[in-house]
Amino acid sequence: MEIIFVLITVSLIIALIFLSAFFWSVRSGQFDDDYTPSVRMLFDDETKKEETTTKS
Amino acid sequence: MELEKFYYDNRIVRNFSIAAIVFGVVAFLVGLWIALELRYPQLNGPFSWLTFGRLRALHTNAAIFAFVGNSIFAGIYYSLQRLLKTRMASDLLSNIHFWGWQLIIVAAAITLPLGITTSKEYAELEWPIDIAIALIWVVFGVNMIWTILKRRERHLYVAIWFYLATFITIAVLHIFNSLALPVSMLKSYSVYSGVQDALVQWWYGHNAVAFFLTTPVLGLMYYFVPKAANRPVYSYRLSIIHFWALIFLYIWAGPHHLIYTSLPDWAQSLGTVFSIMLIFPSWGGMINGLLTLRGAWDKVRDSAVLKFFVVAITAYGMSTLEGPLLSTKTLNSIAHYTDWIPAHVHIGTLGWNGFMAFGMFYYLFPKMYRTGLYSEKLANVHFWLGTLGILFWALPMYISGFTQSLMWKQFNPDGTLVYSNFLDTVTQLFPFFFLRAVGGVLYLTGALIFVYNMIKTATGGKFLAQEEAEAAPLAPNYEAHKGDHWHRVIERKPVQFALWITIAILIGGVIEIIPTITVSSNIPTIASVKPYTPLELEGRDLYIREGCNACHSQMVRPFRSEVERYGEYSKAGEFVYDHPFLWGSKRTGPDLHRVGKKYQGDAGAVWHYNHMWDPQEMNKESIMPRYPWLFSLEGNDGTLNTSSTEAKLKAMQTLGVPYSDEYIANWQTELEAQASIIAEGLNKNPDIDVEPNEEIIALIAYLQRLGRDIEKNEVVQKQP
Repeated sequence: MEIIFVLITVSLIIALIFLSAFFWSVRSGQFDDDYTPSVRMLFDDETKKEETTTKS
Repeated sequence: MELEKFYYDNRIVRNFSIAAIVFGVVAFLVGLWIALELRYPQLNGPFSWLTFGRLRALHTNAAIFAFVGNSIFAGIYYSLQRLLKTRMASDLLSNIHFWGWQLIIVAAAITLPLGITTSKEYAELEWPIDIAIALIWVVFGVNMIWTILKRRERHLYVAIWFYLATFITIAVLHIFNSLALPVSMLKSYSVYSGVQDALVQWWYGHNAVAFFLTTPVLGLMYYFVPKAANRPVYSYRLSIIHFWALIFLYIWAGPHHLIYTSLPDWAQSLGTVFSIMLIFPSWGGMINGLLTLRGAWDKVRDSAVLKFFVVAITAYGMSTLEGPLLSTKTLNSIAHYTDWIPAHVHIGTLGWNGFMAFGMFYYLFPKMYRTGLYSEKLANVHFWLGTLGILFWALPMYISGFTQSLMWKQFNPDGTLVYSNFLDTVTQLFPFFFLRAVGGVLYLTGALIFVYNMIKTATGGKFLAQEEAEAAPLAPNYEAHKGDHWHRVIERKPVQFALWITIAILIGGVIEIIPTITVSSNIPTIASVKPYTPLELEGRDLYIREGCNACHSQMVRPFRSEVERYGEYSKAGEFVYDHPFLWGSKRTGPDLHRVGKKYQGDAGAVWHYNHMWDPQEMNKESIMPRYPWLFSLEGNDGTLNTSSTEAKLKAMQTLGVPYSDEYIANWQTELEAQASIIAEGLNKNPDIDVEPNEEIIALIAYLQRLGRDIEKNEVVQKQP
């Protein structure tokens, strides 16, 4: 069952990668604003205003 | 800040979309075919490459990596560019990713029906294809991360976090689970054995579900559901919390695939605990997706896209509740090895993955082809056919799973099994097998209508390959050099650098460490367990080639009903020479771990011989296919290929199996001696005329060896 130690190590390293990503994201202000990103992604202003009417 | 003009690459999105749709139909067709084979085993005719054992892997690989995989890539390439306000960093990398991935799929479609397989579920492809997957995956990751570095939008929207987690985790999982020692170009042995191999396999297998079928699709949900509803996601904060919770918890849940097996109890419990905790982040995602439609449910009535999304997210919620429940010992003891598990899986793939993909394509095609959807009505027909298809698929299988499991465990008052003949518990399920095929037909019909709708939409519009967009570049926040590329790289360097270094160390270091560890762990804890003979080893490879493990487990669980039916429960020490492990995950047929004792000696060999030649002649209702190509009869050439037997033994020796050099040098004498004993025994029967060099002899040798070592003396539990 020694393999479990390898798997735990690997899993922890992945977790550490995610943890550092999490710290980076918090420190760099990724999550300072937890509302506008959800609205901003809705606006993809098309430069050429072609008609893209869907029948919905 | 000056606005910069740039173009989104729609061509790569279209290519992945077309590939997803084409391979999706293939995956559904193969699925329907093997569903029919489960009821009518004669369907494969004389063709070895049409059997369930071989095509099952083709079906799962096509569904997961070709259909869902290409859908994910289409969605990622579309949303990533728009969320980051930039074109993909490199068209060349995009194209290499696309064509490389399709080549891998073609390679899978050729090798799997030919029986070239590692036998590890969802990782069946042999080592050269595994290396190609790793390379193409890195191309995808580099392209994505490079694009992120080039972005014009500082904030990384939550979908992108899901994409990043997908890339990192799948890379690591794939590499670790695929570590194998090549014997030839088309054959390799897992570096792990027995329990260890099982643990790594399901650590991978469960996370393939988690990080290939779940996280990227959640990312797509966070982009396409708000877009299609034109509403912001219900709670952006919840999306952040449930993302981090999900990725931290998911990686520990794998052992729940091995409950009540020979895996140590504490590892099983670890899997159970984490699986139950997973309910919370999973439902965070479901709630967030569904509540995005709050106040907009009227739109669901009118939009096929949203209908698909609603059912997809609901299916996600149901299967992520069911999963943790199935991870508990109580429910697992009922559901494991039965049709309940495929039912659970298909709620996930047909419902969550399939319907997310369909909804996404109904949204994407009109966008890319600058037109309206050809027919909203046909999309609605597809929706209802698909939904009914899922229900017709899953509900009968739930009933079937319950029924069979209860029949397996049913005792007479005198302590004998009520259904001691396994076949009785199978024939009972025939109506449900039929209903499942009906479900498959409905789902496939819906998909074909979808294909027609997409073709008409595409031909009715004009494809916009380069979509113009404008955005201001990122404000450089620490130096005056405006837009200076170098500084932007340096700015992010510590984190990026650390990340890449970690991955590099991880891969390099562990490739060295693992073989050492597994080799030293191969000290048997049961003294009487010995390595396979050359003939048995070849027989085992035939077992792998034919995909016997798709329908037969080799793991007797410690239940009274199983010990009564099969014999002594399986012990971890019995599998130390099994590279790879062959425990299986489904009992369409009976468990085979103790089959060696059941059919022993000449009489047992004759039984196997006749049974492999024509199972229906022995049991009229048997649903096992015939395996005539293992015999040199009726014009077949069933000669056993022994050209790499020596290389196989040497590979096993390298992996720690204690074959002496002398033993390996004499492999041929050894093999021929054992084969002629079996052949002689068979030829005593007037109806049988067999040569010792036929494949069936090797398979019989393996089957008669299975699970017998333990009888030779008492179990000696050595302290590790």
